[in-house]
Amino acid sequence: MRDPGSRAVAWLLGVTLFAALLVLPQVLSYSQREILVLLVINVLLVSSYRLMTLTGEWSLGHVVLMGTGAYASALLSKRLGVPVPAAMLLGACVSALLAVVLSFPLFRMKGFYFLIGSFAAGEVVRLIWKYFTYPFGGAKGLKLIPSFPDIGPVSFFEPQTYYYLCLAVVAFSLFLLYRIERSRIGLTFHAIHWQDRLAESVGVDTFRYRMLAFVLASFFAGLSGALYAHYIGTINPTRFDVEEMVYVLIWAIVGGTATFYGPIVGVLVLTVINEVILRALGLDTVRPMIYGTILIASVLFLPDGLESLVPKIKRVIAARRQGVGDPAGTATPPRTPS
Amino acid sequence: MTPAQNLAAPLLEVRDLSRHFGGLVAVDGLSFSVQSGAIHGLIGPNGAGKTTTFNVISGFYAPTHGQVLYQGRDVSGMKTARLAAIGLIRTFQGTTLFKEFTVLDNVRVGCHGSAGAGFLGRVFGTDREIEAKARQKAEDLLEFFGLAELRDEIAANLPHGHQRTLGMAVALAADPKILLLDEPFTGMNPEETARMMELVRAVRRRGVSVMLVEHDMQAIMGLCDTITVMNFGALLAEGTPDAVRKNPAVIEAYLGTANHAA
Repeated sequence: MRDPGSRAVAWLLGVTLFAALLVLPQVLSYSQREILVLLVINVLLVSSYRLMTLTGEWSLGHVVLMGTGAYASALLSKRLGVPVPAAMLLGACVSALLAVVLSFPLFRMKGFYFLIGSFAAGEVVRLIWKYFTYPFGGAKGLKLIPSFPDIGPVSFFEPQTYYYLCLAVVAFSLFLLYRIERSRIGLTFHAIHWQDRLAESVGVDTFRYRMLAFVLASFFAGLSGALYAHYIGTINPTRFDVEEMVYVLIWAIVGGTATFYGPIVGVLVLTVINEVILRALGLDTVRPMIYGTILIASVLFLPDGLESLVPKIKRVIAARRQGVGDPAGTATPPRTPS
Repeated sequence: MTPAQNLAAPLLEVRDLSRHFGGLVAVDGLSFSVQSGAIHGLIGPNGAGKTTTFNVISGFYAPTHGQVLYQGRDVSGMKTARLAAIGLIRTFQGTTLFKEFTVLDNVRVGCHGSAGAGFLGRVFGTDREIEAKARQKAEDLLEFFGLAELRDEIAANLPHGHQRTLGMAVALAADPKILLLDEPFTGMNPEETARMMELVRAVRRRGVSVMLVEHDMQAIMGLCDTITVMNFGALLAEGTPDAVRKNPAVIEAYLGTANHAA
């Protein structure tokens, strides 16, 4: 569909982005590198959340499923001696499995009721971690989680090398998420979102597809949790509470969820604002307030998220290239996969 | 059962069907059958229980008593998606479409049943051939319904008549053996109604049986082979359009008698 010119531009952008991501840790300070690792993990978290929202259901339990991956992976490696890379994958699987179980009560509900139901289910899981000192470590959580094993001379204890590991894992996960969305599976998710009764009438088992979206999203959320746990080395129930969930929601809403890249743009921009600009200004205590203000401002002024700026920018560039503007020259990207 | 008997067996049969909502009896001991290849109408005054019957047949509600038999098999209470998979497809009142999708994507979703592929095939693109076939099928259907020019248009932007046609295309993409149409002529002007009637006949020529619930007597009389009339949840009359039109009980149910007139 695209003309060769814009394809070349896309390739050029891709290669530049890739090179920039590889060089990035070299130009950052140690503490910034640590933030960078968390940012990459959060990109996976918020992207997996978007997959869930494709079917139209917004969950408040997503970070608990991230936590499930973190706890499962940490316990498997710490208590049972499972090698960390295998424990990470198994942790993600445990998260997916929990999603399968939770699907049965949760998908009896829709919309607002689902939102509240997912919050309640998440709290139940979280309070189980808090209540049972064995094996979950209670309110203090788990400490001394084994870190990713060294491969030859490469130590993954360093933020820089762990960043590359996360980058590879997250890039592959994003590739899978993107392929899922562009396939008929994604089309069916969108169809359920817009008209679930019609989808059902042509043979779509909406329960199964809602479950599939939830399970896939939870798998990748669990994977992001496992990456987190073996990096930080300690996790506790508070790390996965509703306040963290609100951050995920803010990233997704500020970025916009209509496109694949929207939530990623959201988490990138807000992390840069939060960790670079506000930190430099020394406004530590009022940061949550500023975050809230950004959310309100973006809902008011950019209701379709930061992603809605992209077609606008494209149009401006196209208009400038053609001399006199032809704003209709580049159409808005379609919302649905085709 | 001999093949000859099997051939004569109705495609869809409703046996002594009842559906209660709390104390309300919406459908009360209704029985009728739809022959293969027929266009069968279900009519009745407001509140007669037509739509409830329709919703029970299409799996939205389970029957309180009685059975729905499809191809001789009891399908009562089966989920809508399962019924669709075995060829019993329903449409909805008004325009129910994936309004944000393109016309082509609407029909592609309709191809759900015939475009099956494994999860990994979808992710790694080995379903390409299956998808190409589904796309071709969707385009053929758009051609059949005269919507081919509009394939890349967003469904919400189509004129009303075209939206209704597209709804039929989506349903037909799901390979129905019997198509259940819920008030297909509502809100249509005479010209649109005539076109829709022609489409229903064209659908039947493709070998699809049709059952429809309708208020528009004019359209239904000209279209159906057999008409079932309901009143107060029960069967009132059944027969050819002519027989039903002349049936005193039907006339009374629709117009009332001199005694009941205010």
